[in-house]
Amino acid sequence: MEKQTEVKAERNLVGLTPMDYKGKPSTLCPGCGHNTISNQVQAAVYELGLLPEQVIKVSGIGCSSKSPNYFLQRSFGFNGLHGRMPTIATGASFADAAVKILGFSGDGDTASIGLGHFKHIIRRNVPMVYVIENNGVYGLTKGQFSATSDLGLVLKHQGKNMLPPLDLCMEALISGATFVARTFSGDTKQMKELFKAAIVHRGIAVIDVISPCVTFNNNDNALQSYNWGREHESPIQDITFVPNRQEIMLDSFEQGTVREVRLHDGSSILLHKISQDYDPTDQGAALDLLTESYKKHYFATGLIFIDQSKPTVQDLYDLPEEPLNRLAPERLRPSAEMLEQINSALS
Amino acid sequence: MTESGISQNEPQAAIVNEFCMTICTVNGSGSGTANNALYRALFKMGIPTSGKNIFPSNIKGLPTWFVIRSSARGYIGRVPYDDIIVAMNPATFLDDVTYLPDGGVIFYADHIDLPENINPRLVLYPMPIRSLLQEADVPRNMRSYMENMLYVGIVGQVLGITREALNESLAQHFHGKPEIFESNFNMVMRGFEWAAAHLEKKDRYSVKALPALKDCILTDGNNAAALGSLFGGMQFCSWYPITPASSLVESAIGEVNKLRKDPVTGKNTCVILQVEDELAALGAAIGAGWGGLRAMTATSGPGLSLMTENVGLAYFTETPVVIWDVQRVGPSTGLPTRTAQGDLAMVYHLGHGDTRHMILIPGSVDECFEMGWKAFDLAEKFQTPIFVLSDLDLGMNQWIGKKFQYPDKQIDRGKLLWEEDLEKMGPGWGRYKDVDHDGIPYRTVMGNKNSSSAYFTRGTGHDEYGNYSEDATNWAAMLNRIGRKLDRCVADLPQPIIRKGHDARIGIIGMGSTDPALIEAQDLLAEAGVEVDYMRVRSVPVCDMEREFIASHERCYVLELNRDGQLCDILKLEISEYSQKLIHLSETGGLPMTAIWARDNIIAMEKQNSGKAN
Repeated sequence: MEKQTEVKAERNLVGLTPMDYKGKPSTLCPGCGHNTISNQVQAAVYELGLLPEQVIKVSGIGCSSKSPNYFLQRSFGFNGLHGRMPTIATGASFADAAVKILGFSGDGDTASIGLGHFKHIIRRNVPMVYVIENNGVYGLTKGQFSATSDLGLVLKHQGKNMLPPLDLCMEALISGATFVARTFSGDTKQMKELFKAAIVHRGIAVIDVISPCVTFNNNDNALQSYNWGREHESPIQDITFVPNRQEIMLDSFEQGTVREVRLHDGSSILLHKISQDYDPTDQGAALDLLTESYKKHYFATGLIFIDQSKPTVQDLYDLPEEPLNRLAPERLRPSAEMLEQINSALS
Repeated sequence: MTESGISQNEPQAAIVNEFCMTICTVNGSGSGTANNALYRALFKMGIPTSGKNIFPSNIKGLPTWFVIRSSARGYIGRVPYDDIIVAMNPATFLDDVTYLPDGGVIFYADHIDLPENINPRLVLYPMPIRSLLQEADVPRNMRSYMENMLYVGIVGQVLGITREALNESLAQHFHGKPEIFESNFNMVMRGFEWAAAHLEKKDRYSVKALPALKDCILTDGNNAAALGSLFGGMQFCSWYPITPASSLVESAIGEVNKLRKDPVTGKNTCVILQVEDELAALGAAIGAGWGGLRAMTATSGPGLSLMTENVGLAYFTETPVVIWDVQRVGPSTGLPTRTAQGDLAMVYHLGHGDTRHMILIPGSVDECFEMGWKAFDLAEKFQTPIFVLSDLDLGMNQWIGKKFQYPDKQIDRGKLLWEEDLEKMGPGWGRYKDVDHDGIPYRTVMGNKNSSSAYFTRGTGHDEYGNYSEDATNWAAMLNRIGRKLDRCVADLPQPIIRKGHDARIGIIGMGSTDPALIEAQDLLAEAGVEVDYMRVRSVPVCDMEREFIASHERCYVLELNRDGQLCDILKLEISEYSQKLIHLSETGGLPMTAIWARDNIIAMEKQNSGKAN
């Protein structure tokens, strides 16, 4: 399966090598789709030139949530409770707004036990990347149906799944997510470009990664298997992330076939048209796309929706530029005169 | 203290500044403002007063009672009878009058039909509320509010509350809204003048101004807790509405913009965020605490049940966070608008597996303030959840307290390392290393740019560096080190307060909001010839002072508002050598404890126990 990225002598903008972005050796099953995600996350952060210390990793419980241990060892991480990753992320997002938050969750974590938190963190627009490592099965408890398991899926101990799946991109969209994407562990190039765009995006970026579980749910006909994914993947655009330091050079040949989404820091997402033009700023089109792809059984991937107009939860509070967690104690305690005023108002 | 007016032998003698008055209304009628105006007027006249709202879990239309106790002797606990009732609710009238002894007083809206067999030894004052209202030509939508202002004036006049006190009290309530104040105060005066012209004073209760209550304030515990938290440097509060904790956070919302502007930038330094449920409330507070913010949440029993898994996470990851539990009556949804002390046992060991927590138990509004700021220092010092157990009675009712004292210590962030600290320390830092052999490791938080600052926080087994570990020796060492923090924390926790009797061989023990009742009970017991020493526990785990108190008495009664004697159980367990000396007395009706209940039960128990001793 996916090879570990080769260690090169190269250095990024902040003078670090890819080795500085590595984590502990993975203990997930060999071939697990999640390992691909780990590799692409560390590659994306490396290529963006972020210091590992400028990033934190938060996760819930499950195979997906173990994965942050396997990349970005120099970043703070919090592997919390099942389904509650968004709650930790919400609180941490106020500590130092300059730090990028990467959240990792699975389909059990997000589509079942933590569905309420998922929708509410989107509603609050907490600025972070919310990655769902979606394999349609509970792996760590050894093979139970999840809420994204396909209708009719047959598992060894459970028989046939009688309930239809939730579409987490759809849930994200209708909750007001400001960045919604779907990608596949068999499509590393797209995944990495989406991660970069999501990290730079100002607001919540939900990425539903179909990430096969090679142990419990990788039969050819299973919705979240490698083979089904490879056969049915239908990217809605070809994505290139262009950092703010690079000039965009388009061939005259490409004029009219490329959409540019300019991000708040001057970076761009270039969306090359594949078959038909798709406008990722149109929420209605995004809903249609998801409805159609489920109905017609194809696997639409790419940047489904982006909205850069919505305030983040931090925008709702008039907070200092400095990180809140570095404010000196004397800036946190009101004066004795203020207490005297309170006392006299109450007496 | 002035001489009490009560005289057992002469029932008709005047009684000055000593009475309990219950105002019986319908909830949602706006009587809160009127009732507050009355009791605050008493406070303004220098008379120790408390105001308790006995209210239904309902928005509008059900009976509600507001109990004002005035006591020149300073007793502000609940009493189980009334001297005066103000009857505005026909639906409860027959029951309400049964709380009055002979000589009791009824002010009643004269559209309420009196029963024929009403006790002839009660003093009746009819109040022509409706006709006075008609004369005043009050707009329809304002009538119920203005009805209430009328009884404020009538009752105030008959009792001898001064116009000035009523004016000052109401002006404080309608501060900044002069027009609304004026229309309300006019109505109070309309009642006042009518009473002066038409009512002949027939009862024995009256008030007389005393010297101003020195260095005292009037407020509720939730407001005090909110202020204490804001003065404690709270930076993040996530919460979910629940009675009776909501008003704690709402008080903070009301004050935060004024109190917590950064003196350097003028920006806000505290975030208050309402989230989707209690799991998120504590989860977000843990995220913030982990990120290096002073974080808290406030809830009540049902919310705390939902937060339990997160409590274990904070405990085991050693994340500082403050949790206020404003207790109500459980189990289950229980009595959401009544008071209890039933969460102590749950909170002490909240969470699965081996857990034990530090608990602060305020017994007054000034302690709510003090523990409000201290809780953050303790949470960061010990890197653990700190619980503050208040209750509905303390949190939502009005109390006289000492003026809030400005914190006498700087904010203590505990063992928190930034870049330069790590550099000084040199290589080898580990998040869970017990460097100082006090059980408390050093921590770093996000944003630290030192390349060795980061670590992986997890609720699973971990070694000194935060690495995943299932090693048996490591697990035991980690768990025992965390346990040592609990063993050593007591010196930093509030010590008990002991009020001595005269050569007492018997002790009484309580906690939290029952303090006024137990102080009064101690005095009543002394009057009845039973000398007791009284100790109020202010934190858990137990400390040496508590051990010595129990050791030095023949027996101790532990009085609390829960069925099984939860405080008594903890004392028995942790001071097991004297467990035979401890006897629990429980009151569980959901109402605040009364001194009379405490006295009567202790006297009854003493008859049995001294019988045994003989």
